Amino acid sequence: MSTIGTGYDLSASQFSPDGRVFQIDYASKAVEKSGTVVGIRGKDAVVLAVEKVITSKLYEPDAGGRIFTIEKNIGMAVAGLAADGNYVADIARQEAANFRQQFQHGIPLKHLCERVSAYVHAYTLYSAVRPFGLSIIFASWDEVEGPQLYKIEPSGSFFGYYACASGKAKPQAKTEMEKLKTDMKTEDLVKSAGEIIYKVHDELKDKDFRFEMGIVGKCTDGVHLINPTELTEKARSAGEAANKEDDSDNETH
Amino acid sequence: MLNNYNGMAQPLWQNGPAPGEFYNFTGGQTVQKLPRELTTAGPYGTKRSTAAITTGSSVLGIRYDGGVMLAADTLVSYGSLARYQNIDRVFKINKNILLGGSGDFADIQSIMRNIDQKMIEDQCYDDNIEMKPKSLASWMTRVLYNRRSRMNPLYIDVVVGGVEQNGTPYLANVDLRGRAYEDFVVATGFARHLAVPLVRENKPKDKEFTAEEASQLIRKCMEVLYYRDTRNSSTYTVGVCTPNGCGVEGPYQVNENWTFAATIKGY
Repeated sequence: MSTIGTGYDLSASQFSPDGRVFQIDYASKAVEKSGTVVGIRGKDAVVLAVEKVITSKLYEPDAGGRIFTIEKNIGMAVAGLAADGNYVADIARQEAANFRQQFQHGIPLKHLCERVSAYVHAYTLYSAVRPFGLSIIFASWDEVEGPQLYKIEPSGSFFGYYACASGKAKPQAKTEMEKLKTDMKTEDLVKSAGEIIYKVHDELKDKDFRFEMGIVGKCTDGVHLINPTELTEKARSAGEAANKEDDSDNETH
Repeated sequence: MLNNYNGMAQPLWQNGPAPGEFYNFTGGQTVQKLPRELTTAGPYGTKRSTAAITTGSSVLGIRYDGGVMLAADTLVSYGSLARYQNIDRVFKINKNILLGGSGDFADIQSIMRNIDQKMIEDQCYDDNIEMKPKSLASWMTRVLYNRRSRMNPLYIDVVVGGVEQNGTPYLANVDLRGRAYEDFVVATGFARHLAVPLVRENKPKDKEFTAEEASQLIRKCMEVLYYRDTRNSSTYTVGVCTPNGCGVEGPYQVNENWTFAATIKGY
């Protein structure tokens, strides 16, 4: 431990000699420990999917959700520290509310991303604060802009995506998503989300998990829904089916 | 926390101890202040609005056995000038609530922004609980009473209608001082004088109206209002709320017939 960082990792307001801000790197480490989160853009919808690792059987099933509704048509999923997630969700809601108050129109997702990322970035500049241990995925759909998907990193940088992933199994999830088409129908979209989360889940490391999803699109009338019964069931059974197939493959070899 | 954006929620008690608290000496906590426009004296002292400028006239609401119906014409007047002739004054708030607004239209628009934000907040909680009409009516009384207590009322008179949790229809009126009442027929503006007696006259003693009866009465009343209230227009919208959801229909047109006009004498 003494070889890395040494002296330059105590504050977010100082670079290390090789040009890094260690506190941001450490925040990214917090994200890498989190359950996998993916977002996929389809033709007329965007889906957010979460592998919610259940750390105790004593929790209620819906406890500790990682998906939030920010605006009528905006969903947010986070990987990383859950408490940071709640806080940033509230900030995002205030930004959206403020925009609507002024312009009587829902906030464009790009604009929201700019606002929230600026906020996240501000927490990488000062010695008195720590960066958010979060990777934030925003999803929205509307008639004019269609499906949109953005991700903000702990550093405060953000990009638009066709599909993106964060958390434990980010590399595996990315490999899976690269195989997908870019304009899937909603049903295929939801199923692939289920398949990916179930596939990348590591049973040896984390026994129990709950698949959770958020969806916004034409099929939901442009309203962001969290765990809508029918679609969630579809995703879960697709995921479980894909998992079984995997297992039987292993047996024949 | 989103309620920080409710610009109406300012402290009632100024420059002095709140009930049950001690006086704040200088150098203690900062005292929250009213907005500058209400405290800074101009050349003629401080001024407050004392009348509505752009106005919507009557709103009529009727409760029937399976829901409620709200009607209002589409006119927003500027004094006696029929300034804006195609403005909806019946609003869908969510799938349980309708709101009809009369009085100062700017104040209606302002309160609607607040209500819309509340509905989004409702959705963010993601608990499948939506606000019910009784709650909204109650909230309206608080906002309006609060404003009247600041001597700065919203010049509005609203009808709140909808369907409660158990499917029972709800209809109420809340006015600019925060007074509220429920009934099977409520109205604002001239409709209170012209339409309410008409509806009451037709009410069967021991049963509610049917949807058909309610809609007939709405049609009749909007016609009467058009003929007799000079601040009415012939087009109107009707909001209908039932346990299956709600929506605003129209615009409808009053069946005008002016053939009798030639027979009127003595004016």
